[in-house]
Amino acid sequence: MRPLLDLSAPLLICLICIAAVFQGVDIYGAMVCGAKKGLQTVLDILPALIVLFPAIYILRASGLPELLCRLLSPVFRLLGIPEETALLMLLRPMSGSGALAAASELIARYGADSLIGRTAAVMIGSSETTFYVIAVYFAAAGVKNSRWAVPAALCADLACFLSSAWICRLLWG
Amino acid sequence: MFSFLLFAILLLSTLFSLIFGTSMETGSSLFEGAGKAVEFSLSIGGGICLWSAVMELMERCGVASAISKALRPLLIRLFPCAARDRETLDALSQNVSANLLGLGNAATPAGIRAAKGIAGLGAKAEDELCLLVVLNTASIQLIPSTIAAVRASSGASSAFDITPAVWISSLFSVCAGLGAAAVLRRLWR
Repeated sequence: MRPLLDLSAPLLICLICIAAVFQGVDIYGAMVCGAKKGLQTVLDILPALIVLFPAIYILRASGLPELLCRLLSPVFRLLGIPEETALLMLLRPMSGSGALAAASELIARYGADSLIGRTAAVMIGSSETTFYVIAVYFAAAGVKNSRWAVPAALCADLACFLSSAWICRLLWG
Repeated sequence: MFSFLLFAILLLSTLFSLIFGTSMETGSSLFEGAGKAVEFSLSIGGGICLWSAVMELMERCGVASAISKALRPLLIRLFPCAARDRETLDALSQNVSANLLGLGNAATPAGIRAAKGIAGLGAKAEDELCLLVVLNTASIQLIPSTIAAVRASSGASSAFDITPAVWISSLFSVCAGLGAAAVLRRLWR
């Protein structure tokens, strides 16, 4: 099982390449074109990261998150969520880049293979920037009243955070 | 809203660093953060570009359209009103399949087309528009490539080993979203 998991990325690429050969797709051309789009994505988020990273770092350095963590830790312990991820969970529905900055700070500080680092990664990987999505879709549809979309979406976010913490603890705790 | 968030963070951290006596760390952390942002983008840039390349190949092989065809029966049940319109159903299935593959650039335009189509159906489809939005906020992604790139750049032993956990957690999130939608659409007036 272990080598299969380690090789999941190369195996996936091999499978896709086999499919591409059968369909006569230009593998090299497609990949170069895709890499260019990826570069565009990185460039698009870089300015936001340059503004948001200092904000996350200054907030961390001020000691405010630690105070919040200490206040919230009884609740978090009861729910089984590592309290260090509080800032990440707070930012996630509002700002994708902000949450990515907070998660990468946690991963760098505690290590990518630590329970906190993994929990942060799973939380980011299985959630979306809720308020941004709601704003974009309702604006595009020209509908002003978002009705029950916000409470339902926040329910989904809450379920995502809880289950991320529990699964990570179960698998790597 | 972002401006307010940023302003609140800066103001609160400055005030609290005075109270806690951490002003020295706070002062230097501002520029450290800006430097880290560039460093971070460079270190995950390669991973993001590589996955973007793989996604492009997947899309050109017709994986996305195969998934969107497979999803159609499910979407007809979830969106009975919108599914009657052929173009809206196409946009819906493209949106969900692009989300599954992590093709953000393709998912949003398709989702917006679907949202416009549903909005055009009037008041009887209001609930389906909310459902579309809830499905899009509960991320359902098969390959968590961005966060895997972050993990790889921080020295993870196996960057993608979180994938099964991401799937399970996404599934919980989607089920919670659908469940909340089923309850709220009855209660909402």
